[in-house]
Amino acid sequence: MEEMIALEIDGKEVKAKEGMTILEAARGANIEIPTLCYHEKLKPYGACRICSVEAERGGRVRIVAACGYPVEGGLLVRTRSPKIDRIRKVIIELVAPLAMSDGGISGELRRLADEYGADIHRFESRLQVEPTRCILCGLCVRYCDEVMGGHAIGFMGRGIERRVVFFPERASRFCPTCHECYEVCPTGKIAAETDGSIFPKFSIDDFLSGKM
Amino acid sequence: MPRLNSPTELEKLREEIKARRPPRPCISISSGTCGRARGSEAVITAFEEEIKKRGLKEEIDIKVTGCLGFCEKEPIILVHPDEICYLNAKPEDAAEIIQGIKDKKVVSRLLYTDPVTGEKIEHESEIPFYKRQLRIVLSLNKWIDPRNIEDYIIQGGYSALSKALFEMSSEQVLEEVKEANLRGRGGGGFPAGRKWKETKNAPGEPKYVIVNCDEGDPGAYMDRSLMEGNPHSVLEGLIIGAYAIGAHEGFIYVRQEYPLACENLNWAIKQAEEYGFLGENILGSGFNFRVKVHRGAGAFVSGESSALMSAVEGKAGEPRFKYIHTAVSGVKGRPSNLNNVETWATVPLIINKGADWFRSIGTEGSKGTKIFSLVGKVNNTGLVEVPMGMTLRQVIYDIGGGILKGKKFKAVQTGGPSGGVIPEQYLDTPVDFDELTKLGSMMGSGGMVVMDEDTCMVDVARYFVNFLCEESCGKCIPCREGLRLLRVILNDVCQGKGKEGDIEVIEEVAEVMAAASLCALGTTAANPVLSTLRYFRDEYEAHIKEKRCPAKFCKDLTSFYIQPEKCQACLICLRNCPAGAINGDKGLVHWIAQEKCSKCGICFEVCPPRFSAVVKLSGEPIPEPPPPGTKVIRKKEG
Repeated sequence: MEEMIALEIDGKEVKAKEGMTILEAARGANIEIPTLCYHEKLKPYGACRICSVEAERGGRVRIVAACGYPVEGGLLVRTRSPKIDRIRKVIIELVAPLAMSDGGISGELRRLADEYGADIHRFESRLQVEPTRCILCGLCVRYCDEVMGGHAIGFMGRGIERRVVFFPERASRFCPTCHECYEVCPTGKIAAETDGSIFPKFSIDDFLSGKM
Repeated sequence: MPRLNSPTELEKLREEIKARRPPRPCISISSGTCGRARGSEAVITAFEEEIKKRGLKEEIDIKVTGCLGFCEKEPIILVHPDEICYLNAKPEDAAEIIQGIKDKKVVSRLLYTDPVTGEKIEHESEIPFYKRQLRIVLSLNKWIDPRNIEDYIIQGGYSALSKALFEMSSEQVLEEVKEANLRGRGGGGFPAGRKWKETKNAPGEPKYVIVNCDEGDPGAYMDRSLMEGNPHSVLEGLIIGAYAIGAHEGFIYVRQEYPLACENLNWAIKQAEEYGFLGENILGSGFNFRVKVHRGAGAFVSGESSALMSAVEGKAGEPRFKYIHTAVSGVKGRPSNLNNVETWATVPLIINKGADWFRSIGTEGSKGTKIFSLVGKVNNTGLVEVPMGMTLRQVIYDIGGGILKGKKFKAVQTGGPSGGVIPEQYLDTPVDFDELTKLGSMMGSGGMVVMDEDTCMVDVARYFVNFLCEESCGKCIPCREGLRLLRVILNDVCQGKGKEGDIEVIEEVAEVMAAASLCALGTTAANPVLSTLRYFRDEYEAHIKEKRCPAKFCKDLTSFYIQPEKCQACLICLRNCPAGAINGDKGLVHWIAQEKCSKCGICFEVCPPRFSAVVKLSGEPIPEPPPPGTKVIRKKEG
């Protein structure tokens, strides 16, 4: 018998297996916590922070990422509070300019913006970022690494220069027959930029000569 | 050198080295990174040649040491045994100093001159910069050639290791460090003993001990100085920690930007292995420990423990969850204890002298000493080691010699990009971990940047935010996008394009960054902004509402103007202006064509102080230039 741990999420008693995260425990009990960079087949990453919740233990309240925080006996979790809502609203407002396509956003981010009353244009003119449609959630990178074993996608640059890139040598071998990243991309960027159909067959020479 | 197989052999070696070294004058020349930058290598060559030329090889020794801390006076020469201290040594001084040693005379012109009394000071320990310090961790730097392990041994080196291995159980060593209440010197101030215990008790083998030498705060370099100048003290501390924790493998993470530290460390490791302080069966105790050097790839964020451990594993230096402490699940998921250079270097002192001795120094909550890099607008810049609890005023004025050019103190920035500024009213605060945190700053790794009245506090915040925009890993949204937005807003404010409500936006975004970022870099990234806002909100408001920079620093809000009644038409500013913006002639009052002015400030710098005709204006209209052909009003000289 595996040890079950009792915790409380939004006033509801929830039982979870040891080693589970708050997010898994909540989803098991049909309690919703929003996510953008989480995928059940992948290791928790903790980049989007939209799953931030309040976790109270021994009277001490911490803001933690539900996707990575392991359940503990007696933990009190609040998935909504004025502070949590504020955090989620600002995160959406900060990241929306990156996700912009034809003046708007789509998918889960759109739904969350509505739910949290986020003004997706609030920082748009100020930030002046290129609307790459990529919010750098890393799902494609990690799915390619952890599930497909393709290691064809990675991050480049640091800080505000961070971006996702394909590694030509790997991509030219793996991508034409895979396309799994189309499905995990929350903004549809990858599918859109590769025409939605077949990843172009390119070689390192094409890449270097600017054809790719 | 055959490996040492027992404490007795180590003690015998120590005596043997002492006997081997005849008592004769020794010239030690500091040649750390700062010394080298100021020409120490040429000085060393000059001394070597001079000694060769005079055939004094058997009479005078030369020792090349690491940094002695008084950076702006480097290279520093100490003549042992009398500890005569010569500053700013140049190659051409070699002959005179050597003649002085022969004649038993001091070369007066190269001594430190007290700026107040004009008195010449012979001994290092009497120079005000050193006099008020309590150098225990840095104390050996002046005696040691970091590439000669025997220099360390003769100073009592590795006696703490021998004591730990043969006279104490691993539990006793751990208890001693816990008892001493040694808190981590890298930033967080977490009690080292508690961390060690957590790793020791964590399930899983192997366990690792790690040295964090990724010091990257702008203006901080105490870890570099220790690693360059006394690498064995760090190694000895690490081996003792490994013994206490039960680790047999260790890593030393050194940032790429510290080539000399890497070199000296590699020498130290090689020699420690040869002498039997590293490897199998250390000193015949049966304890085994090996260490690997991991060179960083130039990332500030890798100083964060989980990012550093990712880097050690060969991955990108990006932070990960720490809900399970790295002490329990660190490198490769194994229990890993990480401390910074200064913390490790303090360990041998605690083992040798005891926890009670260590606890007798410092304040209630912060024991021992702390090394600070005292830099910025202060007269004496350098590395300063003081007992915890010394006030900021004592550090800046008694040791630092006060503010440059007699200007007014405005603030001191402590704790690097995670820290904050502390204004004048708190100068009498005792420096310790908790007191600095109370003021909205932090100890950090010990950077102390002094700022004077000419420093714009919005620009200071902008500087740190810019630094972090490049140095954040960019993984999580609040840190990456929050910094991006803060940067835009602060740039706007400094350029006079700030809007009403900007301060509130900064505060709102800062709250989210602090609450929701993945790692400590992100949760503290807004601190430089928040602490300048806390103490200098009026400067932000002046920039936004009045388009005025109170420090007259921000270019877009500042203009240069020549006061016609003071201008003596000396032509100096006119000739030096790189933009050709200054009009005038001999005998005719000069004036600046504002539309051509690039605001470089050269005219302000070169206008002779006896005229002081050029002034900076901010937030006020620039008066019309004088009518063409206006003649100077001659000032009566004298």
